[in-house]
Amino acid sequence: MELSETIQKQASLPDPANFAPVIDLNGLSVTFGGRPILQNLQGELRGRAIGLLGPNGAGKTTLIHTLLGFHLPSSGTAHIFGQDIITDAKQIRSFVGYMPERDSYIAKMSAVHFVRLMAELSGLPPEAALERAHEALFYVGLGEARYRSLDTYSLGMKQLAKLAQAIVHGPSLIFLDEPTNGLDPPARQRMIRLVREIRDSGKANIVLSSHLLRDVEECCEEILILKDGRLAVYCNLEEERKSNRKFLLLEIRGDQDKFAEGLGALGCEYAITGDHRVKVVLQGGTEVRDLYHLASQFEVQIRRLSYKRDSLEDIFLKAMENGHGGL
Amino acid sequence: MAVYEHTYKQYLGKLTPEWSRFLVIPRHAFRDVFKSKLFTAFFVICFLPLLVEAILIYLHHNVSALAILRVNVRELIPIDASFFQFWVNFQAWPAYFVMLLVGPPLVSRDLRNNALPLYLCRPFSRTEYVLGKMSVLLILLSAITWAPQLLLFLFQSYLEGATWFIENLHLASAIFISSVVWILLLALLSQAVSALVKWRVIASAGLLGIFFIPWVFGEVVNQMFLTRWGSIISLGALMRNVTSGLFGTFVQASAQITQFDGRVGREVVVNEMPLWAAWLALFVVCAICLALLSRKVKAYEVVR
Repeated sequence: MELSETIQKQASLPDPANFAPVIDLNGLSVTFGGRPILQNLQGELRGRAIGLLGPNGAGKTTLIHTLLGFHLPSSGTAHIFGQDIITDAKQIRSFVGYMPERDSYIAKMSAVHFVRLMAELSGLPPEAALERAHEALFYVGLGEARYRSLDTYSLGMKQLAKLAQAIVHGPSLIFLDEPTNGLDPPARQRMIRLVREIRDSGKANIVLSSHLLRDVEECCEEILILKDGRLAVYCNLEEERKSNRKFLLLEIRGDQDKFAEGLGALGCEYAITGDHRVKVVLQGGTEVRDLYHLASQFEVQIRRLSYKRDSLEDIFLKAMENGHGGL
Repeated sequence: MAVYEHTYKQYLGKLTPEWSRFLVIPRHAFRDVFKSKLFTAFFVICFLPLLVEAILIYLHHNVSALAILRVNVRELIPIDASFFQFWVNFQAWPAYFVMLLVGPPLVSRDLRNNALPLYLCRPFSRTEYVLGKMSVLLILLSAITWAPQLLLFLFQSYLEGATWFIENLHLASAIFISSVVWILLLALLSQAVSALVKWRVIASAGLLGIFFIPWVFGEVVNQMFLTRWGSIISLGALMRNVTSGLFGTFVQASAQITQFDGRVGREVVVNEMPLWAAWLALFVVCAICLALLSRKVKAYEVVR
């Protein structure tokens, strides 16, 4: 009780950087039958919403399961809000919520009965559990269907019921494993909106695992890209956004090399990305009009000019091409 | 997260004690089980033999009732160890059928619908899960076995007097231990089979098979080799021996078989297997069930 209160206080404080990280990975490795699934994961994650990205089989779900204590690490460990996942697994489970990837429910039960049971298993007294079950189902948008049997639910409704059971006990950290799987666009939008609302409430941190870049980009501040069980890239999207590191993408006709030299003379960072394409980061007092002057000087036509920034897709694709990174 | 607010709110209220959380499972399971009117009716019928037993005890002590019925007290079955043993063995059957109806879907339904991660991602261990599921059966079966039997023992003691109570106190422990061993065995077997096969119908068939096929096979072995050791694979026979041992009615040389060797007939005394063997066999069965449960009740099964 005291522990959960402490964690709840920590999670709702504005600057979590002063406290224990949400997840602290200390050389975490997991092996199944001699086959390495996760290899020496290191790093501290402090974001309100942490995205786990990676192709199928990269180890995202295994990482979540290991953090929940379903699998024992073969070496290393991890801490959630300072609690060790090996020695304090039960305590950790008292302040986390988990929405599994696969269809998971208890058959022949109404949604409200199911969510209430889950709340009671988390330690809520029966009356409070029933009240919270109703509230959680209304919150996720299943208020009208809460007395229907889960067996009759559509896939989208089952996903929402899974979310309701994950948040019914008011956890400080919520693991969402592929929450938008199998959802149609409106249902997906609804799920994303709910995740963002929970994130913005500041009452809970979220770990969202997905192979859909858009979902992660829309919800998360920090991302962890896994590749073959290793940490391929760590990226703080929030900082990337704040740094506003935009670049200009120019499509030009004319002497590309001379124009590039001119850009260098202006003090701009540049990169020739293909035939007639140049990426430019404006530096100091350089403005767009200076580029037009330069183009005029070297008799180069600027056919197109647009502001761009590295998208998550670019980061992800780079991670898949390159080796391994770290925090 | 109040309904009218529609915002995410943490729960900061009181929590239930950790030790009591496994009882959440039977509480919710009973609601499901007693939804079926057929099962409720059957469960009520399970109390009828106990009513008969109570009437028999009452008649022994009510002269006017015996006079009305024109029955001599000597014609009634005596209220002794054999009387209680008979009813304990008799109630084992309703308990078995209740287990067949309630037991198979308890774990299999959760496994089929991948519900185990939902239980185990909470401060709720695998042991608590198994204990919770087992207590569904343990509570139901206790209600029709040892609990009413002990009440009837107290009823008999009340009618007979304190001396009878003190002299026959061992009967109370025999009633309790033999019933608990039986319902524990039923609960463990049903959970293990349910965890193993996942499908209710197959689990029910498996539970029928576990009790009847070894019994038939054991009897064949007994007849062929003129022994009683064949019964070591029959759970019913093992329980019968254990119950007899507890009530003090166990007889080692229990069977006399006439064997024809050519034209000459001779009697062979066949000894029951010793009591320790019956206890050991039951212990092994329970250990196997626990090992199976430990293997199958996991949040996720790792496919190697």
